[in-house]
Amino acid sequence: MHRFSLLTLALGALTGHRTWAEQWRSPEPKAEYDAVIIGAGGHGLATAYYLAKEHGITNVAVLEKGWLGGGNTGRNTTIIRSNYLWDESAALYEHAVKLWESLSSELNYNVMYSPRGVMMLAHNTHDIQVLKRHVHSNRLNGIDNEWLTPEEAREFCPVLNIGKDIRYPVVGASLQRRGGTARHDAVAWGYARGASRRGVDIIENCAVQGIIRDVSGAVTGVETTRGTIRTKKVGVVAAGHTSVVMAMAGVRMPIESYPLQALVSEPVKPVFPCVVMSNTIHAYISQSDKGELVIGAGTDAYVSYSQTGGFHIAAHTLDAITELFPMFRRMKMLRNWGGIVDVTPDRSPIIGKTPVPGLFVNCGWGTGGFKATPGSGHVFAATMAEGEPHPLAAPFTLDRFRGGRLIDEAAAAAVAH
Amino acid sequence: MNDSRTETGGRIDRSRPVEFTFDGERLKGFAGDTLASALIANGVHLVGRSFKYHRPRGFLSAGAEEPNALVHVDRGGGRETPNLRATTIELYEGLATTSQNRWPSLAFDLGEAANYLSPLIPAGFYYKSFMWPRSFWRHVYEPAIRRRAGLGVAPKSADPDRYLHRYVHCDVLVVGGGPAGLAAAIAASEAGARVILCDEQAEFGGALLHETRGTIAGQTVADLVIEAVATLAGRDRVRLLPRTTAFGYYADNLVCLAERITDHLADPDPELPRERIWQVRAREVILATGAIERPLVFPENDRPGIMLADAARTYLNRYGVRAGKRTVILTAGDSAYRAALDLHEAGVEVVAIADLRASPDGTDVAAARAAGITVMPSTTINGTLGRMRVKAVDLGMIEADGKVGGGERVPCDLVLMSGGFTPSVHLFSQSRGRLAFDAGLNAFVPGKPVQRQHSAGASAGAFETEACLADGYAAGEAAARAARGEPVSRLRAPASRDARHAGYAGMAPSQRSERGVKAFVDFQHDVTAKDIKLAAREGFRSIEHVKRYTTTGMATDQGKTSNINALAIVAEAVGKPVPAVGLTSFRPPYTPVTFGAIAGASRGDLFDPVRRTPIHDWAAEQGAAFEDVGLWKRAWYFPKAGEDIHKAVARECQAVRDAVGIFDASTLGKIEIVGPDAAEFMNRLYINAWTKLEPGRCRYGVMLTEAGFIMDDGVIGRIAPDRFHVTTTTGGAPRVLHHMEDYLQTEFPELKVWLTSTTEQWAVIAVQGRHAREVIAPLVEDIDISAEAMPHMSVRSGKIAGVPTRLFRVSFSGELGFEINVPASAGRAVWEKVFASGERFGITPYGTETMHVLRAEKGYIIVGQETDGTMTPDDVGLAGMVGKAKPDFVGKRSLVRPDMLKANRKQLVGLKALDASIVLEEGAQIVADPHVPVPVPMIGHVTSSYWSPSLQHGIALALVAGGRARMGQRLFVPMPTRMIEVEVVDPVFLDKEGTRLNG
Amino acid sequence: MLLIPCPHCGVRPENEFRYGGEAHIARPSRPDDLGDQQWADYLYMRTNTKGVHFERWRHIHGCARFFNCVRDTVSDRILETYPIGASAPGAAS
Repeated sequence: MHRFSLLTLALGALTGHRTWAEQWRSPEPKAEYDAVIIGAGGHGLATAYYLAKEHGITNVAVLEKGWLGGGNTGRNTTIIRSNYLWDESAALYEHAVKLWESLSSELNYNVMYSPRGVMMLAHNTHDIQVLKRHVHSNRLNGIDNEWLTPEEAREFCPVLNIGKDIRYPVVGASLQRRGGTARHDAVAWGYARGASRRGVDIIENCAVQGIIRDVSGAVTGVETTRGTIRTKKVGVVAAGHTSVVMAMAGVRMPIESYPLQALVSEPVKPVFPCVVMSNTIHAYISQSDKGELVIGAGTDAYVSYSQTGGFHIAAHTLDAITELFPMFRRMKMLRNWGGIVDVTPDRSPIIGKTPVPGLFVNCGWGTGGFKATPGSGHVFAATMAEGEPHPLAAPFTLDRFRGGRLIDEAAAAAVAH
Repeated sequence: MNDSRTETGGRIDRSRPVEFTFDGERLKGFAGDTLASALIANGVHLVGRSFKYHRPRGFLSAGAEEPNALVHVDRGGGRETPNLRATTIELYEGLATTSQNRWPSLAFDLGEAANYLSPLIPAGFYYKSFMWPRSFWRHVYEPAIRRRAGLGVAPKSADPDRYLHRYVHCDVLVVGGGPAGLAAAIAASEAGARVILCDEQAEFGGALLHETRGTIAGQTVADLVIEAVATLAGRDRVRLLPRTTAFGYYADNLVCLAERITDHLADPDPELPRERIWQVRAREVILATGAIERPLVFPENDRPGIMLADAARTYLNRYGVRAGKRTVILTAGDSAYRAALDLHEAGVEVVAIADLRASPDGTDVAAARAAGITVMPSTTINGTLGRMRVKAVDLGMIEADGKVGGGERVPCDLVLMSGGFTPSVHLFSQSRGRLAFDAGLNAFVPGKPVQRQHSAGASAGAFETEACLADGYAAGEAAARAARGEPVSRLRAPASRDARHAGYAGMAPSQRSERGVKAFVDFQHDVTAKDIKLAAREGFRSIEHVKRYTTTGMATDQGKTSNINALAIVAEAVGKPVPAVGLTSFRPPYTPVTFGAIAGASRGDLFDPVRRTPIHDWAAEQGAAFEDVGLWKRAWYFPKAGEDIHKAVARECQAVRDAVGIFDASTLGKIEIVGPDAAEFMNRLYINAWTKLEPGRCRYGVMLTEAGFIMDDGVIGRIAPDRFHVTTTTGGAPRVLHHMEDYLQTEFPELKVWLTSTTEQWAVIAVQGRHAREVIAPLVEDIDISAEAMPHMSVRSGKIAGVPTRLFRVSFSGELGFEINVPASAGRAVWEKVFASGERFGITPYGTETMHVLRAEKGYIIVGQETDGTMTPDDVGLAGMVGKAKPDFVGKRSLVRPDMLKANRKQLVGLKALDASIVLEEGAQIVADPHVPVPVPMIGHVTSSYWSPSLQHGIALALVAGGRARMGQRLFVPMPTRMIEVEVVDPVFLDKEGTRLNG
Repeated sequence: MLLIPCPHCGVRPENEFRYGGEAHIARPSRPDDLGDQQWADYLYMRTNTKGVHFERWRHIHGCARFFNCVRDTVSDRILETYPIGASAPGAAS
């Protein structure tokens, strides 16, 4: 049984659920593909899906060194928004939000996209100026973002503390109502299922060890722990491991990889209606459909691939959370983990071609990759298919650093580095 | 009256009865009971409803691994806590608890309908459904799911309790006070090490607290524990921490502990914190964290009255409670036989021990047989009956070929299960040690440690008491030697890994087909064996995928009783051995830790340091309003009676422009740069040329990042040929000094120059306005402050009001101005003298808001407001400040990159709305064509905007693409409700010639 | 929280320090001689090694000195610290 619906679920109930098909195939890798994507996270799987669906390129392999969706896709705090400052960024993230809005029916997989609102807090005059700049820019770009007084912010999120006696009182907030959350694992699995059904081979437990090039320098294949695979097109979508993979092709990247931590509380009945973020006091929080408070921190200070960080980082975030939401002081932390975020000099992604013919890269999403997943995959697929950047991806070239054309989203990234 | 309580025995204090309530019912227990033991003593087994199916649930365990018995405790006054495990709550007089996740009551819960819908709601069902119609997800399905999710209810008001942190170092930290831990602590302290021993329970002893059989070297177990604890308590270099859970193992032997201080007290001293986090940095760590018993996975293994064998033993021996009258035991190992013997001797009818093994033998088995207990080898349980309490089991006979046939139905009210033990390797794994799979034990045990650490006892796979004691003692000795710096081997095989304790993992054999059968693996999340097999069938084969798809192991118990069984079921389903499937990662905390405890004292004013200037109190006494600028409190405006911010600012501005004002600029960053190469260093770090700046003169300096963007600015005075007094923005001081030190230490180490932060050493009193000179003249000594002797942008040393001063003639207001720098300790006194001197001119204190208006009228930028890290000097009209002859400075090369030279870059301009009364909004965007529909191309934004009292119209500074070429152009600021037309003007709105400045 | 061996002060906890980025990225002595790509390489390109990483730290709440450090970015274990200006141990950096 392939299709997902209440009807097929009921049919499944009658047959003891024995007839569900695999959600994705796990074939042996072939000797050659038309395109190879390195990294089966949300972005890589989305790329494969759109290559198959929109460009008819189905002879594709997605290679994953671990288990699919096991990198940042499975570790993030699931926030979705498009309230970025610069036109280029706003357009790309908004493209993603529009895809999010219909993603469940597109994939026939419930990704639980929930536009419950993303509220960003201002604690001082500078914050107000920055957030208002975003509000106005978003509005004129056709993206919803509105300014709230502290009282209005509290009305939207009744547990928010707007008292004047805390160290950094809330002096206002911006709200994107169409922002919200989704279920991160479901996105990976939904794209995997969709891509696999269209003929894409997803090869897990397959680490790429080398990128093979011919005398002209063009890509001709990859070496992996499961054999050599020939291909003329390789897309690197490996997030924190981008530098490692690109080094195999002799390409250095303007990226540093940092630990980013997150934590959840024990689950409780619904108490937190939206997403709240504070740049100044370094915290963001929402409540999952399972009832857990999902809380994110800033990065640890040093480059690391350990997916672990210091206790003091999580503690600092909880300082902030308990100040803003004092009734959560008695809640308990259930689990604390980390991922690896690839950070660029301007906190904006790098999408497109590289100096190596046939090698494409999609990386540098830093702390903000999950929200872009469908949009990133979509434009990267077009880029790989056409061999030229999709218009929305075009500003995010690797080359922009040469001329100084940075797209500096430090404020919009909303997390201290 | 219930006769569950034994007449004698247990470690409870029968002389101290305690009253408590559960769901409103008043019940009695004793001091020393947990809530669980007291409830069982009262015959209460129904204590919760499971998460998904709302099945009636009882106690699975007697400890922190409990998945079912979660309750809510309300102590009043905002002290309410959800999701507490009844098995670890210490009973006290007046304890009020309620069950969770049921409506309207525990006994009658409408949610149980889900149990009957279970075929429709297997693992992952929500990924397959709730998608249509599309809008229903957000507005119908999701809210319903959210309401059903969550177990407890979040507290509704702020927690009044306090939480603190302590930081300690020690030679040896021993985690776990069972036999191995006690022995380790004794050995290590004997060898002279400073030891900390922590245990999550109120008493030390661990498994020894319920071990009543046998003797060790002639001593009863109980006496051994008493003696061990007394020995340790008597040693000064040992710190004992009961009720303290080690929850996180971090880099470099940092282990974090959570100590519960008042939760068990009926009437806690309000001076005490509720909990304390210990951050322990240990030279050596010994993990003696014990092991957790495994449930067996058979059909309907979750009814109230079905529990772990060792739990029943604990309730009996530790708490004097018989968990039932008539029990059937299902086991795959020998330890359950001890439970059988203890219960039998306490008067519980042990109907039979069903053993999954074909030929159980060994001393415990023989002893059970000798006591007349029926032992049934090759026997399993095919199912159980009873809704609110188990009432019977259906036994099954395991044939030689592994098939299972039917057997008798045995009435009972207590079913014990034992799949052996899982060593608790959570902290070992958190420390990044590699686990090894021990096939003999069928368990993961610690492999090679990565940190300075040892594992001992059951957590290393040694389950017998003597073995634990010996193992712990050896670890303690080794740790003490290692702490002294001696080399030790960290990989020791534990004293014995007894195959009699081989754990069982996976589904128990069963006659029943899977249809309609629920054999629970994760009790809290209602994950059954069928769910896990479904996941494998759907292609989820990595253990992480199975976990996420089925949610097994993701509940508040984090898989303590379920992980290994889930793993084994997956292994069987995919045809791989258990170690090949792998284990999900262990992450802190071991058990949940209160947010407030982690935050500790970092609340209110202690959340971040508050920085105040020497003038702060004076301003507060005047009734100033303050604003936060970074960590500083700055006086924002000084309202007189009846004034709002606008009136106050208008008055303050007028005062400065017409007479004189006084402003506290002490928060400015200050750096003293000294040395023969000081000017050369300044040349390299700033865009300006400094070599020819005469001592006694000042210059406005602009600092770039190496990427060519403005990062800071400030007036800089050259005090002497080799000495500069540098100022920075208030927020930028630490960043600027760090930037300077970076270059000095790592790029230009050959320069002879020293940098000293003097931000807090100087108070800075700005006197601005046409009477400024007259105000300070009477106070100044040794300086000629006449217009000729001290021109604008100069600095002199001397005295003011008897205090040494560096007196700057600078102005951020555009008026004649001075900035008086005096030692901070004299700041307030000098301020008061200056103020007194100015009173005859009506001197007016003004705050940062007025300061902003005045500088904006003059077109002076604020770094961080007119700049955002993307502006070059030319963008903001400061290209002229670049020292053209300089061969190099930080940022120079970047300024000539192609994108930095584009004509259409955003440039600083002034804006005036055609309607003079309008004050534009800071952050508002600017467009050229008001009629273009969304998305509208934007060409800039408003950076600063104020009402100018002097000019009686709104003024604004803005960054506009190609701004300087647009002078006089009409542009538009689209607001949500109106379109504002503006004219591009010179950013200097007032006194462009600078006549006021040069007065 | 890491323990970091400051060459001047000995082993101190991480919160006394500030991370200083990748080490041995020498500022070109004649920036004007570099093309835009070379200059961008200096500004932005990083090795970002998974494994033995050469980096800088500064002991801001101690001696305030920068120093170099060799740390394994997989285990976060610090292997060695050495003064600024010294070359990377064991390698031509």
